[in-house]
Amino acid sequence: MRRFIACALLLAFASAALAIDTDKAFDDPALQARYEHIIEEVRCLKCQNQSIKDSNAFLAGDLRREIRRMLSEGKTDEEIYDFLVTRYGEFALYRPRMSGKTLVLWIAPIVLLLAGGFVLVNILRRRMAMPMEGDAAAEE
Amino acid sequence: MRFAIPIVVFLLLVVVFSFGLFNDPRELPSPFLGEQAPTFQSTSLTAPDRTVGSADYAGKMALVNVWATWCVGCRQEHGFLMQLAHSGAIPIYGINWRDNREEALRWLEQLGDPYKFSAFDEDGRVGIDWGVYGAPETFLISPDGIVLHKHLGPLDAASWQEDFVPLIEAGEPTS
Repeated sequence: MRRFIACALLLAFASAALAIDTDKAFDDPALQARYEHIIEEVRCLKCQNQSIKDSNAFLAGDLRREIRRMLSEGKTDEEIYDFLVTRYGEFALYRPRMSGKTLVLWIAPIVLLLAGGFVLVNILRRRMAMPMEGDAAAEE
Repeated sequence: MRFAIPIVVFLLLVVVFSFGLFNDPRELPSPFLGEQAPTFQSTSLTAPDRTVGSADYAGKMALVNVWATWCVGCRQEHGFLMQLAHSGAIPIYGINWRDNREEALRWLEQLGDPYKFSAFDEDGRVGIDWGVYGAPETFLISPDGIVLHKHLGPLDAASWQEDFVPLIEAGEPTS
């Protein structure tokens, strides 16, 4: 049992060995937390389905370095996101901000959900209005 | 009438999906299109003691080409860039992105140098300022410093004729 627990613990922490970002952590834990949060929110433009936290493309490394630099210069999260968006567009953020250009992205799911719900309710209503098979059998 | 709604929905989906099918998701519109191009300053690749930058082409129609020796597409387009440089249609300025100086110099020596200069962007900072995410990338800059067009991937005669030439002709009034 003890051996099993030891193995399980080893496995649980093994993913740390796969960490892409091997740069030194910030001394200030609050700054480090912000850094880790931001790099998870930013898309690697080279390998678009990875965040720059998960990507080992050199562009991701460069962007991590720039974010690190801006954080140590005391820039706010908003300023850092702005920096990325002016250069790479809203696509660089996994959660694009609400604006004229991205409005469709934000509204479309709600509209689709409402439309789907509307259709569903209509179909169910029609079904309810139809005589059920069981009723017909009982009448006989 | 009963089938009208499903058919309309189906056709709408066909439109949406074919749009998605023929659109390359790797091709991102540059946020700089129609905007002031980023400025840069860096050491020259060929003359490390010289500083070159966007000021060198201010007031002129210029082509800014991001290249590197590790980039296969750059090798593909190099022949065309040489032709373009020889034709004298437009001055070409290079940003040598995330490269090794010796290899880059050897590249220019072997394949020819189409550039007025190449800025040496070793740490990729100029590249980030230009929103570069995959070389080769080519920007057409107007005399007022506006990004008129951005081409992603190897440049060739066809895309040059189609995308660049009309813009150059429109932007530079023939006197």
